[in-house]
Amino acid sequence: MMLAAQSIAGFLEGLVGDTFSGWGIQHVLAAAIHAVLLVHAFALSPFLFIWLERKVSGRIQDRLGPTRVGGLFGWLQSLADGIKLVQKEDLCPPAADAMLFKSAPYFVCIASFAAFVVLPFSSGWVAVTADCGLFIILAVLSLEVFGIIMAGYSSGSKWSLFGGMREAAQMVSYEIPLAICALVPIVAAGSLNLGEIGGMQRGGIQNWFIFHDPFTFVAFFVYFVVATASCKRAPFDLAEAESELVGGFHTEYSGIRWSFFFMGEYASMFAVCGIAGILFLGGWNTGLGPIDELLYAARNNSVDSPIGSYLANVIGAFVFVLKGSAGVFVQIWLRWTLPRLRIDQVMTTCLKYLIPISCFLFLGATIWPLLLATATQRSSWTPEPLGARFAAEVQEAETTEAFERQALNDGEEIQ
Amino acid sequence: MNDSNLLGGQLLFAIFALATCLSAVAVVVSQTVVRMAFWLVISLGSTAALFFLADADFIGAAQLIIYVGGTLILLVFGVMLTASSPYLKIKSSPGETIIGGLLGLLFMFAVFSSLQGVEWPAPPTGASAVTAGSPEGNTLRPLGLALLGARPDLDLHDGDTLSTGYLLPFEIVSVHLLVVLIGAAYLARAKRKSAAPAEGLES
Repeated sequence: MMLAAQSIAGFLEGLVGDTFSGWGIQHVLAAAIHAVLLVHAFALSPFLFIWLERKVSGRIQDRLGPTRVGGLFGWLQSLADGIKLVQKEDLCPPAADAMLFKSAPYFVCIASFAAFVVLPFSSGWVAVTADCGLFIILAVLSLEVFGIIMAGYSSGSKWSLFGGMREAAQMVSYEIPLAICALVPIVAAGSLNLGEIGGMQRGGIQNWFIFHDPFTFVAFFVYFVVATASCKRAPFDLAEAESELVGGFHTEYSGIRWSFFFMGEYASMFAVCGIAGILFLGGWNTGLGPIDELLYAARNNSVDSPIGSYLANVIGAFVFVLKGSAGVFVQIWLRWTLPRLRIDQVMTTCLKYLIPISCFLFLGATIWPLLLATATQRSSWTPEPLGARFAAEVQEAETTEAFERQALNDGEEIQ
Repeated sequence: MNDSNLLGGQLLFAIFALATCLSAVAVVVSQTVVRMAFWLVISLGSTAALFFLADADFIGAAQLIIYVGGTLILLVFGVMLTASSPYLKIKSSPGETIIGGLLGLLFMFAVFSSLQGVEWPAPPTGASAVTAGSPEGNTLRPLGLALLGARPDLDLHDGDTLSTGYLLPFEIVSVHLLVVLIGAAYLARAKRKSAAPAEGLES
């Protein structure tokens, strides 16, 4: 499971020696190091994006935004906010169901944090390598809505309840086109493993899945709209519509619990933009063919020059974070540019437009290779990577099958 | 899980197994419906974590997306839309508790006795561990291959031809679910349609 932990585990194995080897202590330590790194990625992304949100919104409204805290650009504003929020009183209204009220923010936070566990930052730089990584991310992100329903229901306030209901209806509906749009590049890639998908788009911008066929090109934009909505961002932020609903599901929250909701929101913004980056925009690949090949060679040369391989991965992670942050920037830009939709318009957009569009795109993406094969008179209708992979896997399965049957027969003879 | 990872693996297993069982008990003990749902989320989520620990990533994610993300949200929606008062309490009489407890014990006995009767296959070693796919033992590949008809875990060549896979039954079931969904939507819609013109006629 912890394939990426192997390198650190191997390193620690030498360090710790044989004393604890039976305990698997190096695996525990490696897992702990990964967890700490991930928590930092998870906690620092809201830190950065909240500052960015303030700064961008200020600029769009012809203001300066934060300027005081931490020098020229007010870059320590988020820290000041954090200190203020920690100091605030942790209120729980008397009408609320205290246990549910207090645990709801953690649900939201944990759900969006868990998405980071399977999100690869560079080739092999992922906490858990999973064959169905995308499926796990989508499953985990769908848990966030439960914390929001809990918060809305347990607050004992009608504003919270309305906000929670709207939010839940919106998020549950937008999950469907989100999953279908994410499947469109999957059809082209033939794998759910996010690491493999990122690796396939190496070697130039023309290999990015957004340019794979017309359907993936449209699917990227549909995915981005749906992802914005499923992060409850403007213009789809009905649940928090201040003018009508006071503050939505988090009306009654204050202090650090309130900020947990926002940490969850900004972190899941980065998570969905990161998924978009991996599925459509080439992941950690730069998009410039020669540089990609150079980095790829350096990355795979870990035996001869471990530092070069490490640096190549750092560059990859930087490119990936840049792509994710660009997505978040566009979301912020949209929020301060577009007016808010009404709740019925939000639901209409999803159910009447986005779901049919995404279904059409998915169908188109499955038929596309067939059409292409007919047009170019190719013998195999499956695209190259998928067709080759399937044939290889069936063959592998059958050889192992034969091997195993042999082993089974041998065993019977012995008995 | 790696063999040398006993400490982490067993500790995590203990934590999640305990969380599963304790929150399952809490579902029965708590009296507010939404609290029950909350404990059920923890119980089902911990079960998913147990699947992840057993390297069954796909089943774990399916457990999360179907039970926690789907069924439970539906349940909470139902409670929120139908509850007569904000915090509906369910109190059971002593008789109900006794009958429920007895039924639970009987069910546990049935499960235990049937589990005792199962002849468990030996844990995969050597060749069959390799067929589990990638070195992490992900279950996605074997599942996908079995869906297409390649079953490395079965001895197919003893007379039978190659298995046809589960793709057709799977598709039939999913189309069936879609038909049920459309049917439910149609039924829910038809009532309102018949009511609306009647009102129009009266006025």
